[in-house]
Amino acid sequence: MKRGWPPYGFALVGLGLILLFNAVASPGFLALEIRDGQVFGSLIDILNRAAPVVLVSLGMTLVIAAGGVDLSVGSSMAIASAAAGVLLAPPPGAPFDPVSSAPLVVLAALAAAGLCGALNGILVGWVGMQPIVATLALMVAGRGVAQLITQGQIIVIDSPEFEALGTGSAAGLPTPVVLAGVCLAALILAVRRTAWGLFTEAVGSNPRAAQLAGLPVRGIKMAAYTVCGLAAGLAGSIACADIQAADANNTGLYLELDAILAVSIGGGLLTGGRFSLAGAAVGAVLMQALTTTLLSRGVPPPIALSAKAGLIIAVVLFQSLAFRQAIARRRAASA
Amino acid sequence: MKGFTLRRQHIPFLATLVVLIILYVGAAMRYEGFATPRVFANFLGDNAFLGIVAIGMTFVIISGGIDLSVGALVGAVTIGAAALIQRAGLHPAPAFALVLAIGAGFGALQGVIIQKFRIQPFLATLAGLFLFRGIGLWISEESIQIKHPFLDALAGIRVPIADRAWLSFPAILFLAVLAAAAIVLARTRFGRTVYAMGGDESSAALMGLRTGRTKIGIYAISGFCAALGGIALLLYTSAGNAINGGGLELDAIAAVVIGGALLTGGSGSPMGTLIGVLIAAVIQTAIIFDGGLSAWWGRIVTGILLLAFLLLQRALQAK
Repeated sequence: MKRGWPPYGFALVGLGLILLFNAVASPGFLALEIRDGQVFGSLIDILNRAAPVVLVSLGMTLVIAAGGVDLSVGSSMAIASAAAGVLLAPPPGAPFDPVSSAPLVVLAALAAAGLCGALNGILVGWVGMQPIVATLALMVAGRGVAQLITQGQIIVIDSPEFEALGTGSAAGLPTPVVLAGVCLAALILAVRRTAWGLFTEAVGSNPRAAQLAGLPVRGIKMAAYTVCGLAAGLAGSIACADIQAADANNTGLYLELDAILAVSIGGGLLTGGRFSLAGAAVGAVLMQALTTTLLSRGVPPPIALSAKAGLIIAVVLFQSLAFRQAIARRRAASA
Repeated sequence: MKGFTLRRQHIPFLATLVVLIILYVGAAMRYEGFATPRVFANFLGDNAFLGIVAIGMTFVIISGGIDLSVGALVGAVTIGAAALIQRAGLHPAPAFALVLAIGAGFGALQGVIIQKFRIQPFLATLAGLFLFRGIGLWISEESIQIKHPFLDALAGIRVPIADRAWLSFPAILFLAVLAAAAIVLARTRFGRTVYAMGGDESSAALMGLRTGRTKIGIYAISGFCAALGGIALLLYTSAGNAINGGGLELDAIAAVVIGGALLTGGSGSPMGTLIGVLIAAVIQTAIIFDGGLSAWWGRIVTGILLLAFLLLQRALQAK
């Protein structure tokens, strides 16, 4: 890859192509309209829908960079959403009164999901379990916990203050977009202005060498999983506020797969080490743009799902050294 | 020395057996009518689809891989076979043969992608998961009921094992797959290669074992078992639905791991998987017997057991 070409260059090109296709196919696609000090348009809509996946992808980027993977993010989202739901609208017979302060509810949801992340961090960092397996256990049990919290019901909430998290706007943009943007900027600053990012890459590319160099390997893994849990908590709160209900069954379902794919599209190595937070965000937006494009062209959702499968295969094949060598050999043979 | 290592390998399996006995005896003491042959026979019949899928997963996990596509494949197979029988008017026997071939073919294709291009198994099969869900929903988003004399004949097959207790056709299918898998893994060159690959794939290749075609074969078996599990589920529920088998991949992995297989590969057995499936069945049935317990406890207990067994494996490896 040439110097100056970001690792997510291909993702940017892909996103550009999708947007270009839309701009040509449906005139007015790129148009932005300002009404009551708020920006509207298809682009904003795509960003808004992509925001939860972007958030989770940011956390996933750090976990994968540190040599792990977190399959439990979808369940963590469900737990956060369930926690927010029962606090705002306790089911009959609950031993507490409704909490009316939205910030307090968000804090509780973040704490619940952050705890899940920390648990993963302990299992992977200290106990030394394989990341796929340790987080698989929480993925299985976590959704059960979320359903236990909501008693298997969809809890409808009625709190305009909390719902603003999903449907409100700030600085002219939808709140989820602003939140995702702020988190992206804050994390980029944190990893690039301190040694955290470097340490994370070191742990991911060679944990043994990092350990021998005196890096706090366990602490770095712990930090990655905890941040990932917190990101899932925020995404879960947004999802809950957006649909104005806590749905333990469907919140964040299969989202872990989207997040892993976003990291991979964004140029992150799935084996750990090199990572790009901005790339993961671009990857997440690209997938949402693709889904929106297919659905708005009248492609049935099942086919859109299959298109996503094709995208995964294309991306991983492209990242595969063996595949590129096979292509290079074929070219050399025909030349 | 050799006896010692062997014993340590057997600890996860024995621990699983002890957990099963404790759970079973505990439930039998608590709930009246639990410890009957009929309830036990239902463990196998009600969970035949999970068991068959988990047997395929056992091959994959012993070899050190993972297959996340099986649940979606089960869903696609139930709706696909139901559509072939009910809408295309095909006789169930060729319809089943067709979906089995397709399942094995797609499994082999995933194996080729993993093997030829060195793609991580969880990513390649993740793509498979989306693909099969997409195909299943594309065939029909609505559930399709099936009705055919051949299916009634299959449902009529019952092997009595005790008074008022019999094995249903899916249960027999499960036990047959179990027996076949046990023989293949223990007695054939293919089976020994599977274990060797899980121990250390490059060593196995250097020893001259055919790791490439074995890996493709493993994923083909997993795809075949998922398709067969889909058929078992279709026979059990008499209806195909594209959303069937949601999360089944996790239940199957949990059953295999609880059954004593190491997720790092190289260890595990179909018998262990059977016990893992039985544990899931006991938990599920106990929750139904109780009536007051929420169904979500099933997943929580499964998750906790999975975690406990992983910790046990970790403790054994660390020594």
